[in-house]
Amino acid sequence: MKNAAKKIYIALIVLFLYAPIGTLMVLSFNASKTRAKWGGITFKWYGQLLHNDDILKAFGNTLLIALLSSVIATIIGTIACIAMSNMKKRTRMVMLGITNIPMLNADIVTGISLMLLFISFGFKFGLGTILLSHITFNIPYVILSVMPRMKQLNPSIYEAAQDLGASPVTAFFKVVFPDLLPGILSGFLMAFTMSLDDFIITHFTKGAGVDTLSTKIYTEVRKGIKPEMYALSTLIFVTVLVLLILVNVTPARHEKTAISGMSPDKS
Amino acid sequence: MSKELIHLNNISKSFDGQMVLDELNLTIHENEFVTLLGPSGCGKTTTLRILGGFATPDAGSVVFDGQDITNLPPNLRPLNTVFQKYALFTHMNIAENIAFGLKIKKKSKAYIADKIRYALKLVNLEGYENRMPDSLSGGQQQRIAIARAIVNEPKVLLLDEPLGALDLKLRQEMQYELIRMKNELGITFVYVTHDQEEALTMSDTIVVMNQGYIQQIGTPESIYNEPENAFVADFIGDSNIISAVMIEDKLVNILGAQFACVDTGFGHNKPVDVVIRPEDVELTAPAQGTLNGVVTHLIFKGVHYEMEVMAGGFEWLVHSTALHPVGEKVGIKVDPYNIQIMNKPASEDEEAVAIEI
Repeated sequence: MKNAAKKIYIALIVLFLYAPIGTLMVLSFNASKTRAKWGGITFKWYGQLLHNDDILKAFGNTLLIALLSSVIATIIGTIACIAMSNMKKRTRMVMLGITNIPMLNADIVTGISLMLLFISFGFKFGLGTILLSHITFNIPYVILSVMPRMKQLNPSIYEAAQDLGASPVTAFFKVVFPDLLPGILSGFLMAFTMSLDDFIITHFTKGAGVDTLSTKIYTEVRKGIKPEMYALSTLIFVTVLVLLILVNVTPARHEKTAISGMSPDKS
Repeated sequence: MSKELIHLNNISKSFDGQMVLDELNLTIHENEFVTLLGPSGCGKTTTLRILGGFATPDAGSVVFDGQDITNLPPNLRPLNTVFQKYALFTHMNIAENIAFGLKIKKKSKAYIADKIRYALKLVNLEGYENRMPDSLSGGQQQRIAIARAIVNEPKVLLLDEPLGALDLKLRQEMQYELIRMKNELGITFVYVTHDQEEALTMSDTIVVMNQGYIQQIGTPESIYNEPENAFVADFIGDSNIISAVMIEDKLVNILGAQFACVDTGFGHNKPVDVVIRPEDVELTAPAQGTLNGVVTHLIFKGVHYEMEVMAGGFEWLVHSTALHPVGEKVGIKVDPYNIQIMNKPASEDEEAVAIEI
């Protein structure tokens, strides 16, 4: 009885969380143009997407921004983690706090403040400003996922590599970097995802005529909802879902090996 | 003694205004097994890190084989280190770990393969080439760490508490292994530990350190039998350290009774500290000893009984194979050559501190 209640409760939560997205996905396959009527399954909305130049261009922009901003943010974030790991504990905590705050900050505040900043420095709005703002909000996510790896790192391995004749740079790339890699990868994927699905900050920092998928959907929807947009939204949702699963699966697999390595002395 | 290899000259080092090493001077000879021994925070690890190049002294110099290497980075020093937590590279297999230093020095493939085989044989882990470090036990990982260091043919191997994480049985086994390896390799070992038994078992020379100062340098026998101050006596093994007065050469007043001893040159009626090892205290029938006392505690330790005897207002620690039950009246006798006389500490720096292990 109690168990059944528990299961119903969980089912309700999942239902309320995913029902809207489910509706969207179902409608994206609806052959009928109106939401009110089910006209059978079709893939034509997906097909039309592929022939819409505006959407393809926005898709290209989204990919370009997501890729560039996450690569750059990953490099900056990783370097920041290395620097922070050498700080004293107090300073490090303060720095971590400072880098964490932008994640909690309302997107609209970040968006407007970035916009004001760009205006006051006389930047021309366009892909460049979108890229800069995406790098900015991505860095904290990279730090968030690299820092725990950094803490697990045995500080002696860097010294051991140097002791065996490696220069500091070689020692870093041969020994420290491979150990940080799972964290760096999941940081990169996280940043990529965040960039991919951002709307508000992009909305405030993009120039006229430049669009990413999310801002494109927004302008399209304002003109009237077309079923292609359901298809596009479904695609974005699935992409983000896959990326998030990747982010969560990579470190989990790594942890398993780490735990087996900590098994008690066998000799 | 063989040739002098390393000189540490007036090394001082402080961290955040706290003095860790104060004008330390130390000479290490070729082919010597030197142990830096002391409680945590005594500066022994800092000394090792200065030797390895991971820390730079605030003042003083490190001279290796006649060459000043004080500011030489670790990768250019002819020394290799075995780290406390093994520090194996977890993403490389055992062979790759051992080959790391040789690959950087661009040795030929055949040479590297040869060296890996030789090193694994030396540490008794033949056939482990393709295993990953995570799949090895602590003791095996430690052996790999040693193998990885020695393939580079260092003139000196630095070991930072390498056995600290192993259990007792394994630790004792590894002590003999290390002695064997050192003899086979014929190189200098500088070993850091807080474990006095490890130090006594393996070393040619023990350097006892406390609070950044060297307290005594000597062979294990001389450190144990003739400690120069109360700190050394207390840190190395169990001992009775008693305040006493040197009446004249070869006669000392301990707790009101006159004991014959063999030390000379301390002057007349001078306050001193005496050290008497618990196994050197003989228990006799009452009134037949120099002091009379009563047994207050008795513990069976396996090889011997450990007893505490209240005599002359001091609780004497006694090890003996003969059983004296609690409450028994006994006499205490000590052979003259088993009484070690020490000067009282001259300054606070030399004062023995609480030992935390």
